[in-house]
Amino acid sequence: MENTEKTLTGAQILMTVLQEEGVDTIFGFPGGAVIDIYDELDRTPIRHILTRHEQAAVHAADGYARASGKVGVCLVTSGPGATNTVTGIASAYMDSIPLVVVTGQVPTSLIGNDAFQEVDIVGITRPCTKHNYLVKRTDDLSKVLKEAFHIARSGRPGPVLVDIPKDVAKGKAVYSRMDATQMKSYNPTYHPNMRQLEKVISLIQEAKRPMIFAGGGVILSKASAELTAFARKTQMPVTTSLMGMGAFPGTDSLCLGMLGMHGTYRANMATSACDLLIGVGVRFDDRVTGKTDAFASQAKIVHIDIDPTSIRKNVLVTLPLVGDCKITLQELNRMIERIDFGNIAEQRRDWLSQIAQWKETGALDYDQTTIIKPQYVVETLYRLTQGKAIITTEVGQNQMWAAQYYHFDEPDHFITSGGLGVMGFGLPAAIGAQIAQPEHLVVDIAGDGSIQMNIQEMATIRQYGLPVKIVILNNRYLGMVRQWQELFYDKRYSCTDMESAPDFVKLAEAYGALGLKATTPEEVESVLREGLAAPGAAIMDFWVDRQECVYPMVPAGAPITEMLLV
Amino acid sequence: MTESKHVITMLVDNQPGVLARVVGLFSGRGFNIESLCVAETTSPEVSRITLVTTADPLVMEQIIKQLRKLINVIKVRDMDKSKAVQREMALICVRTKPEHRAEVLRIVDIFRGKIVDTGSEHYIIEVTGDEGKLTAIINLLKPIGIKKIARTGTVALFREPK
Repeated sequence: MENTEKTLTGAQILMTVLQEEGVDTIFGFPGGAVIDIYDELDRTPIRHILTRHEQAAVHAADGYARASGKVGVCLVTSGPGATNTVTGIASAYMDSIPLVVVTGQVPTSLIGNDAFQEVDIVGITRPCTKHNYLVKRTDDLSKVLKEAFHIARSGRPGPVLVDIPKDVAKGKAVYSRMDATQMKSYNPTYHPNMRQLEKVISLIQEAKRPMIFAGGGVILSKASAELTAFARKTQMPVTTSLMGMGAFPGTDSLCLGMLGMHGTYRANMATSACDLLIGVGVRFDDRVTGKTDAFASQAKIVHIDIDPTSIRKNVLVTLPLVGDCKITLQELNRMIERIDFGNIAEQRRDWLSQIAQWKETGALDYDQTTIIKPQYVVETLYRLTQGKAIITTEVGQNQMWAAQYYHFDEPDHFITSGGLGVMGFGLPAAIGAQIAQPEHLVVDIAGDGSIQMNIQEMATIRQYGLPVKIVILNNRYLGMVRQWQELFYDKRYSCTDMESAPDFVKLAEAYGALGLKATTPEEVESVLREGLAAPGAAIMDFWVDRQECVYPMVPAGAPITEMLLV
Repeated sequence: MTESKHVITMLVDNQPGVLARVVGLFSGRGFNIESLCVAETTSPEVSRITLVTTADPLVMEQIIKQLRKLINVIKVRDMDKSKAVQREMALICVRTKPEHRAEVLRIVDIFRGKIVDTGSEHYIIEVTGDEGKLTAIINLLKPIGIKKIARTGTVALFREPK
């Protein structure tokens, strides 16, 4: 496969580029338009994970990308295979996860004729991919694939879709290896403007109540160590977005926990009282800011992000800094090395003691009764796994309780569909994470509603013998919607009662997994211990308090200081 | 914040689907397009898109940034009116009874237009100018009777240094 030119089929070119790009695992589902590619795949060492649904293939590739730090790759057929990927692609796009999704397409001669299993997937995914391609000639394929990987992983990462018609996969072209990809209209800015950086330093020196707001960008650019050093040196407390969980050690005394709608009391209060807010790799999503006019209204805001469109989109900032989080933090750390902050602990004493006070008055809490509280399940899971598990979540209450009660000291350990909020994400994402980290404990914290959205993936777990653990916080409700109905819709529980859920223990057994159930608080720990200790996959079904709500809660559109606290 | 009109000019890869990316960006993010012009440049690989939009300064900033983020967009500029030449062309088909012909010809002459098609009951007029000029001639011709009209939308180029 060296630099010599050779004639290859499109399918062979695809396999060659995948291997050049270091891809050893892909997720997918075969079909008519990709038979030629699958035929070729069978002759390579690339491992293919056959999910039971194309949506799950994309979520699995997403989980794989996050847990491995590599680009996740999917392969699906045309038409319904392609449309089934859309939710997964849109989720990866919102969360900036690098994916290359290869879809089959009907032969070029049939495109536009409404052929069997034809769909304009490039048109459909245009607004939810970082970029996409329809490859019309085998000659173009290698260049397009190289660009696809380059775009997916560089700058602000994201999903790239490559649509390959059947005749392009079968056709032949001369292939020669290209290593560098040059694109005249795509050049992300990695290095921040130095003059702007100097201004950050003086803002820090002037500030009395500074803090950091860290997001997924810190994790994506692998800047956790730099962020931690920066925060500790300057003694600035750190709050994170949902996507930023683990970017800063969750058990560090400077850690304020999550910010926003279900953020901690101290994070929301501190953000509203601070006089300097340094946002790093965040996009000030509406679930974080609440009412934007009231958000950090006393603060000068510094916004560090590699994507210029994130800056000044939702909140006005004092100082924009376009650049890679890691490089920017490295530069800042270098600059603060040379600065004498004096007695920093003394300078921060009032601010940090104010925060400590908020921590005490607004601590996360719940009543322990004779019914299992979902928070208790997550807390016990945290204790038993010593905070070391890779946690994936579904979406809704389960996701928020996971974020609140499991503390992440390391990045890439909390894998959730943050931006798009996809129910059914956690189980396939756990598959991807487990494949990326075979030795690691991977737990999907789920609700009884969302687990059923991709429950078929239990078959994938069985096929590949994956020891994924599933914790269902089963309240027989679509809990987060029910919570909104309770609080804001006069308790009219329209269409949220999920009374007729399956027997998850039997369901687990049907898929060859261990099924366990707990209905009293006394059983929680023993069920968790048994499930976690089992050699294979396990579903642990916890019948929790049906009425439990996630608190604190900021009503949508309200200032984040207006929290409902239990 | 006050909204104002902007002419955006951009160079893009001359490939299928690029216009759809630009237009889809506007519709998907709730930006508006008042007029749109696309044609090849001297390089067959590059097209120029000229687009007119009305937006407040913050939205305008987003429009420009979002356009720059598109992979196929090579260069984007928000055109300052004073530093650019802006033109639009209109073809206007006017109903011409014999008693109106002289007046129509006079109007065409004032606006330095051309009659490019004639018939027993119509003229087609070609006229070029900035938006204000086109609006003016259209207003003058309206009472006489406009049958059909086709406008190109604005195209623009920055002036070169003198």
